[in-house]
Amino acid sequence: MTHEPFKKLTSRTVVLAQENIDTDQIIPARFLTTTTREGLGRAAFYDWRYDESGRPRNSSVFNGVNPQTHRILVAGSNFGCGSSREHAPWALADFGFRAVISSDIADIFKSNALKNGLLPVTVDDATHKALLASSGAEVTVDLETETVTIDNGAAATFKVEPFARRCLLDGVDPLGHILNQMKAIEAYERSHQ
Amino acid sequence: MKPQSLFDKLWAHHVVVEETADAPAVLYIDLHLIHEVTSPQAFTVLAERGLKVRRPDRTLATLDHSTPTLPADKRGRLPYATKEAEEQVETLIRNCASHGIRLLGLGDPKRGIVHVIGPELGITQPGKTIVCGDSHTSTHGAFGALAFGIGTTEVGHVLATQCVMQRKPKSMRVIFEGLPPEGVSAKDLALAMIAKIGADGGQGYAVEFAGEAVEALSMEGRMTLCNMSIEAGARLGMVAPDDKTFDWLNGRDYAPRGDDWRRAIDDWRNLVTEVGAAFDREVRIDAARLAPMITFGVSPDAAAPVDAIAPAPASEAERLGADYMKFNAGRPFTDAAVNRVFIGSCTNSRLEDLRAAAAVMRGRKVKKGVVMLVVPGSEQVKRDAEAENLHRVFLDAGAEWREPGCSMCIAMNGDQGEPGDLVVSTSNRNFIGRQGKGVRTVLASPATAAASAIEGRIADPRPYLEVSRDA
Repeated sequence: MTHEPFKKLTSRTVVLAQENIDTDQIIPARFLTTTTREGLGRAAFYDWRYDESGRPRNSSVFNGVNPQTHRILVAGSNFGCGSSREHAPWALADFGFRAVISSDIADIFKSNALKNGLLPVTVDDATHKALLASSGAEVTVDLETETVTIDNGAAATFKVEPFARRCLLDGVDPLGHILNQMKAIEAYERSHQ
Repeated sequence: MKPQSLFDKLWAHHVVVEETADAPAVLYIDLHLIHEVTSPQAFTVLAERGLKVRRPDRTLATLDHSTPTLPADKRGRLPYATKEAEEQVETLIRNCASHGIRLLGLGDPKRGIVHVIGPELGITQPGKTIVCGDSHTSTHGAFGALAFGIGTTEVGHVLATQCVMQRKPKSMRVIFEGLPPEGVSAKDLALAMIAKIGADGGQGYAVEFAGEAVEALSMEGRMTLCNMSIEAGARLGMVAPDDKTFDWLNGRDYAPRGDDWRRAIDDWRNLVTEVGAAFDREVRIDAARLAPMITFGVSPDAAAPVDAIAPAPASEAERLGADYMKFNAGRPFTDAAVNRVFIGSCTNSRLEDLRAAAAVMRGRKVKKGVVMLVVPGSEQVKRDAEAENLHRVFLDAGAEWREPGCSMCIAMNGDQGEPGDLVVSTSNRNFIGRQGKGVRTVLASPATAAASAIEGRIADPRPYLEVSRDA
């Protein structure tokens, strides 16, 4: 799989301050009967956006969010916990998000997001607090310099696992890398079976 | 040489290409379990790239998430929740057929929840690396395996190469000291651990469970404990194999036989943490002081003894949980009326779990107005339970006895609660809406769930255990 390379993004934020936002919130299980990965943006945070009868909720923070201009999701700690469903990053990416920022992002979600052009950014508590307090701010996420800047203020740094960073910058999936190791894999199989 | 932990040994044995500053390790996978929900898109990628499944012999498929738990009608048609669910099932059937993968499909006597059937078939074994597109893959760690959940892109990687790329996580040992009192099960140990370290306390760690209480647990109990690792944020949970592990595996379909079996046991006995092995973090829990646990919030770490008083929320996260769950602060949890009870899921649907629930329910009735579902974890569990007449205990009590599957744990097959329902559930997640829109989930052990079904409110199982022992 290839995706659009991620180098640098300047966009407005959508803030969900809640902690422990699990992948069942990001995409409820009833949307997982799909056999494709396309079109899941309509299901992103579905029960936060629509009430029991399917009408848009007046109170939803997603009202008035333009996916073209609000491409950065800022969330409370332990974002993406729970189920390993890759449908969660598929849904967020299809909705229009290209980066998720939190103080703490769950392992499997992070791993899945990195493979789908959705950059998970873990920042220090002070930067996190500032981002949570400034919904709709213009934020720049620069993967090459690994920095986040809020409204042209001071830059905070973040770290992305180097291999995943390279894949994102180049817009490639790691499968090619593993396929290139086929000689080592065959040798392993010969010596371990 | 530095003393090694169980995890160190499992990891080192499976490294195909060492990790460097630039790239994670390439790790070999001995067993890849797949199911209908997280695999279709991976097969699509394979097709797009013209790749084959590299090791169909190391891949095993089953159907569990989208499948109905009600039987087929007279015309043999299963009551799927949606057309899409049925198509998803058919997609896996097609993919397995075209790639030569063994599928334990509908009608197969070995079908069941993916994390129940691996151990049941004996294909889950000490020393193996096991992955599945499912976060509760940590269950298999109960056998001293390195088992973790992966996403669908990685499912594709494993199908194509039998490998994943991973950096070695940090290590944590959770030691349960002493023996738990009667009525305190593996589920209660798990909930107590998650309450102590938090829903993200295990993030980035591989966890080894050890101590007297863990050694005393049955294999089913160890599976329950390892299963819940992910609810503390840890992808991996494991227990060192011992005679109980070997006794469980001996004679099962995929277990080695004869000389191979003896050699395997000799190897497996080395899969222990050596004295002096270093862990990045160690947590100690006094098992002797634990009580049956329930959750009262919308994150699994909001857990407390069943006989406790509902606390006033002290943080924003607790307020969210309190607003949704509607327990009355200052009142006992056991005041809360229950609408539904679910016994099942990869956490608690094995024979021992059904026995524990039946021990509480024998000769009693489900409270009027309460709906109770008992969903065995596999066809094998169902047969074994029926051979012991456990199903009669549940049916006589007024509960429903269903076909195996994930059912109300993930609620994507139509099994779910109504908005506002309070559900006492032996599953693993109390997230908002997890068991249906507006459904309030209380996680508990099978015994606690059964006691709650009888009383129609959250109930302490311990009085029932005393009665059944006296009888």
